[in-house]
Amino acid sequence: MTVETLLLVAAALFGIGVYGALSQQSFVMIMMGLELMLSGAILATGTLWAMAAGGTPKGQLLAIVLVTVMAVEMAIGFALVVNVYRIRKADITEKLKTLRG
Amino acid sequence: MTDVLFWIMSGISVLSAWRVFRTDSMVRAAYWLMVSFAAVAVILVLLSAEFLGLVLLLMLAGEMTIMAVFMVMFMMNPAGLNPMTMVHQHRAAIAAGVLSFLGLGAVGVFGRFPAGVSFATRDVTARLGMELLNDSMLIFQTAGVTLLATMIGALAIASRRGRYGLADEDSIEPAVENSQNAGEGPPSTEKGSA
Repeated sequence: MTVETLLLVAAALFGIGVYGALSQQSFVMIMMGLELMLSGAILATGTLWAMAAGGTPKGQLLAIVLVTVMAVEMAIGFALVVNVYRIRKADITEKLKTLRG
Repeated sequence: MTDVLFWIMSGISVLSAWRVFRTDSMVRAAYWLMVSFAAVAVILVLLSAEFLGLVLLLMLAGEMTIMAVFMVMFMMNPAGLNPMTMVHQHRAAIAAGVLSFLGLGAVGVFGRFPAGVSFATRDVTARLGMELLNDSMLIFQTAGVTLLATMIGALAIASRRGRYGLADEDSIEPAVENSQNAGEGPPSTEKGSA
């Protein structure tokens, strides 16, 4: 468990998230890809906090902000999915050709 | 011991993250994602960021359950009874994922970090609590207010009935026959009045 291996794991999570967010058609699966990217970012932040920043408590605040971002993204994303489904009956990206409501 | 646990957990997190996009059932995808997050949380606890790991675990347990319910509500094939590949631009997406992994991994492997590899001491959670409620209270409070604003905004977006009537009343997708009707609208009303 070194900085390098931990950052490699974080990079792998981020890469899988990028793949998922770009390739999936379903809105909820795209959100899963975004969540994976954020979890890779949280892991990298925790790694650098613990192993490079000396473990001072201030370093964890960035990770707390990232967790908040994750919750916000999830809530707003689900609200948008509900609204888009209600108005346009669309649950995959291919059904949304225009942004007009 | 810690190393063995770290390798097991990182393997679980990466493999289950990969399984998220390779399973036919979307509910199973949600639960694979939860497994991946749980493994990340365990790694954070191993890094003695206990507060962060447990907060992540608590949040994700609820979140993934909601996500599974959403899958059942909205998706045409939630149970994975039919094989399903719902992807677009697959090769470009794979290339982007591999590229970002290589780039970030290169930063991790070849980057130079401060050499002070010091595991945090035992009372790190207590010190974090004091930090959150003393000097860094503004950050903590901002996160709380942000979450409150998010709740209100999510309700406003998702509620069917807005302040000025039905939210979807005048927002049907423009279809071909609709535009034709709109074009022929005024003459027909003139005929009707005449």
